[in-house]
Amino acid sequence: MRKAILPSLIIFVTVAILVRLFYLQIIDDEYKLKSENNAIKIVYEYPERGYIYDRKGKLMVANQPSYDIMVVPREIKNLDTLKFCELVDITKEEFDKKIKKAIVYSPRLPSVFLPQLNKKEYAVFQEKIRKFEGFYIQKRSLRDYQVNAGANVFGFITQVNPAMIEKNPYYKSGDLIGRQGVEEQYEEFLRGKKGVKYIQRDKFNRDIGPYKEGIFDTISKQGDDITLTLDIDIQKYGEELMQNKRGGIVAIEPSTGEILALISAPTYDPALLVGRQRSKNYTALYNDSIAKPLYDRGLLAEYPPGSPFKILTALIGLQEEVIDEQTTFFCRRGFSYGNRFMKCHDSGGFSLNAGIYSSCNTYFANTYKKIIEKYPKPAYGVDAWSNHLKSFGLGNFMGYDLPPGRRGNVPTSKLYDKYYSAGGWKSTTIISNSIGQGEVLMTPIQLCNVMCAVANQGYYYTPHVIKKIKNHTIDKKFTTKHQTTIDKQYFPPVIQGLFDVYNKGTASRLQVEGIEICGKTGTAENFTKINGQRVQLTDHSIFVAFAPKDNPKIAIAVFVENGYWGARIAGPIASLMIEKYLKGKITRTDLEKKILNSSLESEYAKVLSGEPFRINL
Amino acid sequence: MKNQSVTSNLDWITVLLYFILVIMGWVNIFSTSIPVEFTEFDYSDFYGKQLLFIILSIPIIIVVLTIDAKVYEKFSFVFYIVGIILLLGLFVFGKTVKGQTNWYGFGSFGLQPSEFVKTATSLLLAKFLSDSQVFLKNTQHQLIAFGIILLPVFLILMQPDAGSAMIFLSLILVLNREGLPEWYLWTGFIAIILFFTALLIQPMYILIGIVLIMIFHYLRARRVDRNPLAYLIVFVAATSFVLSVGFVFDNVLEPHQKDRINVLFSDDVDLKNEGYNLNQSMIAIGSGGLIGKGFMEGTQTKGGFVPEQHSDYIFTTVGEEWGFVGSTVVILLFVMLFLRIIYLAEQQKTKFSRVYGYCVATILFTHYCVNITMLIKLFPTIGVPLPFISYGGSSLWSFTILLFIFLKLDANKVNEW
Repeated sequence: MRKAILPSLIIFVTVAILVRLFYLQIIDDEYKLKSENNAIKIVYEYPERGYIYDRKGKLMVANQPSYDIMVVPREIKNLDTLKFCELVDITKEEFDKKIKKAIVYSPRLPSVFLPQLNKKEYAVFQEKIRKFEGFYIQKRSLRDYQVNAGANVFGFITQVNPAMIEKNPYYKSGDLIGRQGVEEQYEEFLRGKKGVKYIQRDKFNRDIGPYKEGIFDTISKQGDDITLTLDIDIQKYGEELMQNKRGGIVAIEPSTGEILALISAPTYDPALLVGRQRSKNYTALYNDSIAKPLYDRGLLAEYPPGSPFKILTALIGLQEEVIDEQTTFFCRRGFSYGNRFMKCHDSGGFSLNAGIYSSCNTYFANTYKKIIEKYPKPAYGVDAWSNHLKSFGLGNFMGYDLPPGRRGNVPTSKLYDKYYSAGGWKSTTIISNSIGQGEVLMTPIQLCNVMCAVANQGYYYTPHVIKKIKNHTIDKKFTTKHQTTIDKQYFPPVIQGLFDVYNKGTASRLQVEGIEICGKTGTAENFTKINGQRVQLTDHSIFVAFAPKDNPKIAIAVFVENGYWGARIAGPIASLMIEKYLKGKITRTDLEKKILNSSLESEYAKVLSGEPFRINL
Repeated sequence: MKNQSVTSNLDWITVLLYFILVIMGWVNIFSTSIPVEFTEFDYSDFYGKQLLFIILSIPIIIVVLTIDAKVYEKFSFVFYIVGIILLLGLFVFGKTVKGQTNWYGFGSFGLQPSEFVKTATSLLLAKFLSDSQVFLKNTQHQLIAFGIILLPVFLILMQPDAGSAMIFLSLILVLNREGLPEWYLWTGFIAIILFFTALLIQPMYILIGIVLIMIFHYLRARRVDRNPLAYLIVFVAATSFVLSVGFVFDNVLEPHQKDRINVLFSDDVDLKNEGYNLNQSMIAIGSGGLIGKGFMEGTQTKGGFVPEQHSDYIFTTVGEEWGFVGSTVVILLFVMLFLRIIYLAEQQKTKFSRVYGYCVATILFTHYCVNITMLIKLFPTIGVPLPFISYGGSSLWSFTILLFIFLKLDANKVNEW
C-alpha cells in the first residue's frame, strides 16, 4: 500500500496534465487566435486601381496617390499630443474622438486616423512620423478624374463600412471600395488584389522578419483596366445640354446594345467625391432631396412613356393583324368611348403612317381597342398585349451592368382584376394604355432599348457599359440576341412613320442635314401632391429616336421633366446628340445655344412657390 | 563479485532516458535563444552555454560513478553540513537576483547551493533511515527525520525561495514509504485542499461540510471508536485552520504569491501585469495544436513573449513547437524515468539505497509536477526548473549528480550482501 502511493500520484498528476494539455492544445481554439494577435503583424500593400477608358480609348478615370494616417492605439507611446494635433491641423477634441473611435474598432488593429492626405500634407507629416509611435502612413490610390462628366456612370470610391467588412472578409477597416456605377459593378476587376505580408513580431512589437520565411505572403496584383462603351464626348455634351433641367438621356448603339451615353441631370463633378472633402460633399449631394443629383434618372426614374408608346401599340396591332398599313381611322378631335372622351389635337382620316407622324391619339386608341377585343375576354387580350411588351424587356430588370434599376411596369389582367374586380373592366376601361398614359411605366433606358429593337427590326442586345476588361472577357449575356415577338415584316411601315415624324410630323423643324432620323415626340401628363392635394404639373418632354434610318448607329431616349412638350426640349436635345455623335460637330449652333441657355429651374421652383403650371400647351 | 565494472551493471535504460531528456531540453533552449539572424554558434548565448553544461556533465557523471559507493553513505553527514554552511553563506556572500538571494556568483557563472543541498539532504535522510535502530513510529525519530528536512527548508525560505522549499517538503512522501504514520500525509493533503477551498468558498460552508463529514463518520464508526474528544480536536483544528487561511493569505503571503493564487482562480486579472506570465504561457502552449508549429517556427517563442522561456518556462516551447504529440512524448519520458527509478529503488538490497532512490524519484517528480502544472493553470506559479530540460548549469549538474549517485548505488548492489 505504502509502495503504491508515489507511483499512483505520478500517474494521477500525469493524466491530469495530459487531459489539460489536450484541452488547451486541441479542443480550445482561443489560444491559437491569441497567438496570432500577439505575434503576427499583417501589412497590406494596396495595388493601383484599374483605369477606365471610353469606347474610343480616351482615358477617363486614372489614379492619384493618397496617404492615410493609420493608428494602432495599443502601440501609441509617449505621444506629444499637442504637437501632433498642430502638425495635422486638428483640435485636441477631434484627436480624442478619433482615438476613441479607433479603440472601439480595435486597440491592436490599425484603423484610419486621418484619411486621404494630399501630397503636401503628406510631405509635412512624413518628416516627423518617426516621433509618433503607433502612427504610420498607408499609401492608397485615389481616383483622378480626367473628365468632368459621367459621374453617375462611374460611381465613386469610399471606405468600406463595418457591414461590408462583415460580409466580405477581403476588406479590412480603412480599405476602399467602389460604390455605385461601374466602380461598384466591376469592383473585383478594378481593385486588383492587395498584397499581404505577415511579419513576425517580438514582445516589444518590433519586427523580427517575415513569418515562416514569407510562405503566406502574397504580392499585390494591379487592378484590371476597363474600357466602357461610353462615348465621353457625347456624354459630356449631353450633360451640358441638360444643364438647368432635370431628366435623363440614354443613347445605345442598337447593333450591339452598347450604351453610348447615360446622362442624368442634374449631375455633379465626379472629382467632388475624392479626397478629404468627399464625405462632406457626399452628404451635401445626398441631402439635396429636391434635385436629387445622386439619383440616376436614366436608370431609376419610372415615367409614363407617353406618345412614344404608340410605336409599340402600332407594332402589336400589326403583329396581332388587327390593323395593317392601309387601316384608316377617323378622328373627330378625339376618341369617345362610353360616356367618356379622349382628346386629340387633330381631326380627319388617318392611315398608320399619318397616325404615327402626327401622333393621333384616336388612331392608337382604336388600334388598342381592337387588340384587346380580338380575344374572347379582355383579360386574354391584355395578357397577349403585355407578353408582347415584355419581349421588349419592359416590366422587368434589364440585366444591364450598372447597379441600380427599376422594373418599370407592364400591367397584366391580374392587375386590372384587382383594380376593378374580375370581369368588371374591358378594353375601353384601360384605353389610356394605348397612348402610354395608363399603367405602363418605363425608365429612360427601357424606352431607349425599345428604340434599339425597332431600329434592329425585331431584336435587341441587353444594354451594357462594359466594352473590354483587360485580361478577361465580358459577360456572354451582353452578346446574346434577344428576339421580340414582333415579326420583322411589321417594322418597316412603323419606321417609315417615325421617319416622317421628321419629314412632315411633330419634329419637322428638328431635321439634321444629311442624317435620316427616325423619331417620336412625347408629352406626358404627370401629377404630384402638394400639401396633400393631387396637382397636375407641367408635362414631361419626351423624345425617342434612332439614326440613320438604314443601318442605325444610335438609338436615343430623352426625358426632360416638366419640359412642356416633346419637340420643345427633348426633341432638340436628341437631334443635337445624334448630330454630335454621327458628325462629330454641330451645324445648328443657334439651336444648340438656345438649348444650353434654356432653364427649367423656374418651372421646378413652382412646386414650392405655388405659381400655376402650364398644361397641355 | 563476478562483474565489478560500473558500466556493465549500470542501468542503461535510465541513462538513455536521461540523455534523451537532456538533448530534447537543449533543442528547445536552442529554439528559444537563437537570434533571428543566426550567423555563427555563440557560446555566450543560452544554447551555447547549455551545450557547455551538457558536455561538462559527462566528466561529472564519470567522477560520480567512479567514487566508491560507500563514500556517499559514510560522508552523507559531511555533505549535509557543507550544504547547510553554503546556504548560510548566502546571507553574507550571496547574489540577489529578483529579490531572491540564492546564488553565488563566479564571473558569468552562478552556483545555486539549494540545488545541491537536495542531494545532500537525500543522502543524510537515507543514512538516518537506514539505521536499523530507527523506526518512524517513534516520535523522537520522526522529529529527527523532519529536522533533517526542515533545516534546509527554513534556510531556503529565508532567501526567500518558496519553490525550492516546497521540493524539500515533498520528501515527506519518502518518510511515508518508510513507515511514517499515514495520518501525517493525509493531514498534509487535507490541509492543502482546505487551503485552496477556503480561498474559493465561504469558510462557513466549509465548516458545515466538515461537520457533515464528521457526523457521517460517527454514524459509520464502531462504538468503541467513537471518541468525542478526537472529534472535538479534529473540529477545532480544522476550524482554526480554515479561519486562519484568510489571515495567512492576507498577512503572511507576499503580494506576488497572492497574485499567483488569484491568477489561478480568477479570470479577472490584468494580463499586462500579474497575469502576463501565465497568459503568455497558456497562449504558447495552447497555440501548438496537435503537432505544433515546428522546430524554430513558434511565433510566441520567436517573439520572446514568454518570460524566462529558456529556464522555468521551457516547456512552453515544447508545447508550442511540438504540440500535443511532442508534449506527450516528453511527459511520458519523464513518467518512464520516475517509474524506472522507483522500480530500481524497490530492488535495492540496502535500505540506504532504497531510501535514496525514493528521494531521487520524489524530488524529480515534484519538480516536474510543479513546473508543468503551473504553466497550464493547474497550480500557482512557483519558480522551479524542469529537470534536465530547463536551462541552467547548477540545476542540470545537481540533477545529474542526484540521479547518477543513485545509479552508482544501484550498479553497486551486486557487491552488497
